Amino acid sequence: MDPSVDVRALEARAREFRKTILKIITRAGSGHPGGSLSAIDILTVLYFHHMRHDPANPTWPDRDRFVLSKGHGCPAWYVVLAEAGYFDPRHLQTLRELNSILQGHPDMTRTPGVDMSTGSLGLGFSAAIGMAMAGRLDGRPYRVYAMLGDGESQEGAVWEGALLAAHYGLDNLTAITDRNGLQQTGRTEERIRLDPLADKWRAFGWDVQEIDGHDLAAIAGALERAGTVRGRPQAIIARTVKGKGVSFLEGVVGFHGKALTPAELDRALTELDGAPAGGRR
Amino acid sequence: MAIRLAQTSASQATRDAYGEALVAVARNNPRIVALTGDLRDSNRLEAFAAAYPDRFIECGIAEQNMAGVAAGLATCGKIPFVSSFAAFSPGRCYDQIRVLIAQPRLSVKLVSTHGGITVGEDGMSAQAVEELAMMRALANMTVLVPADAVETAQAIGALTEHVGPAYMRLGRSAVPVLFDDGYRFAIGTAPVLRDGDDVAIAACGVMVSRALAAADTLAAEGISARVLNCSTLKPLDASAIVAAARETGAIVTAEEHTVYGGLGGAVCEVAAAHHPVPVERVGLQDCYGESGSPEALLEKYGLTAAAIASAARRAVSRKTRP
Repeated sequence: MDPSVDVRALEARAREFRKTILKIITRAGSGHPGGSLSAIDILTVLYFHHMRHDPANPTWPDRDRFVLSKGHGCPAWYVVLAEAGYFDPRHLQTLRELNSILQGHPDMTRTPGVDMSTGSLGLGFSAAIGMAMAGRLDGRPYRVYAMLGDGESQEGAVWEGALLAAHYGLDNLTAITDRNGLQQTGRTEERIRLDPLADKWRAFGWDVQEIDGHDLAAIAGALERAGTVRGRPQAIIARTVKGKGVSFLEGVVGFHGKALTPAELDRALTELDGAPAGGRR
Repeated sequence: MAIRLAQTSASQATRDAYGEALVAVARNNPRIVALTGDLRDSNRLEAFAAAYPDRFIECGIAEQNMAGVAAGLATCGKIPFVSSFAAFSPGRCYDQIRVLIAQPRLSVKLVSTHGGITVGEDGMSAQAVEELAMMRALANMTVLVPADAVETAQAIGALTEHVGPAYMRLGRSAVPVLFDDGYRFAIGTAPVLRDGDDVAIAACGVMVSRALAAADTLAAEGISARVLNCSTLKPLDASAIVAAARETGAIVTAEEHTVYGGLGGAVCEVAAAHHPVPVERVGLQDCYGESGSPEALLEKYGLTAAAIASAARRAVSRKTRP
């Protein structure tokens, strides 16, 4: 394990992020809590440990790029961007409001730190491939990270992109799948089966790692290792739990696109405050 | 005053002019990259691929991903020219264009060949006859349909300077060269190719030469027809349309496209809002094409000089007499 990973500090951050995510979604009255909580540990490691970026200079040409292809998970991303310093955290209280810089799905024209607008599933991943191609064309050292939902991977365009990135050997590209096993109306395997998902990416020519997407050290290690792969893009299948960290959200289908009520929020915050750093295992 | 037309019987497909022009503009603009979905030959990008192999990106038969890749390239300072058949782009990748290109206002230039029924023998699935309406409906999108090779080359140059998303429709088959080197294309202007005050014919693409021929026919009957080259469908040159409505009192539109939502729709919107006059729309009457030679198809589906002239007579007869 990379000794530079301060797992405790990252876990503490992630726990605070979980609380903020749930608060701002409840305040907004709508949003996607489940897929935000499954993704937050990965986002925390990316922005507070792994990626080369400079919130004071969000258009730095050599910055690492991140694309949230599963755009509905943006509350998690916004919370991370605010804490990193891309914008005043007070904006978080305007999530989904008229004229807010924080739209219901990511909008690159409004939100500092957002390099690609997304929303409809299966779109952002292709844009990440274009960013990786531009980096190679210009000889820039940056890397590109795309986060996909597992349900999103039912979109055909994802596999068009998987073919192309492997064909061109884009080793500056890492696709992280938030494999929480649920989609809007049920289990992914009951809607359109995805397993064996890792085998699919392998068959498309990608380097593949499978990790526990809530183990911060494992996330950091996988990202580090992905950066050493040459000649192939890398897929990280992060096994996660939708709603991770709050007992009555974990693995529950009904919280895909539904805000917690104020009473539910209180219960969730109490749980998170009482939990050991990193949430329940 | 009408602009001067070329004195030549030459013809060239607009896609051929595209291929040549893109090589030329890319020479001094390293930001330009070209993408295609296994159509480098049909899209006339083989010369570009040979001249700039690093800047030519084969995306395979996967238009959705190609549009998204272009958006990503644009965020990194590239000016992607994305080509396919109009049936496939925007036909196969509309949501990518909407969310990744139009909404964030990225400078991606979608240049599709094989627009309209003059695709010919490949038949209706390969003939885009509704994509101008699709693209015109997207906010932030500029929509161009050049009339000949000269205008196409100039429009490619204009697109390299233009900031924001754009769609340009080109054709498979040769069309008459209408303009000479004195022509000056500008996005958003509809130049008058022929003066007239009884009726105005607003045409785009392959229909422009037919509009000019119709004007000749009408002149012999004593009907003076103005001809406008509406190569920019969006933003439409509203002042030229309003002037035509006011000064002639009747308009005919002519396009190789469904009469819904394309040039005919755009002209009606402007006329209805600013100076209502009778409008007759020549185009596909809510139908698809089929296999056949381009000329035979234009004849069968009423996209001819004779059809434009008939529409002009109808429009003139509908004018309210003072």
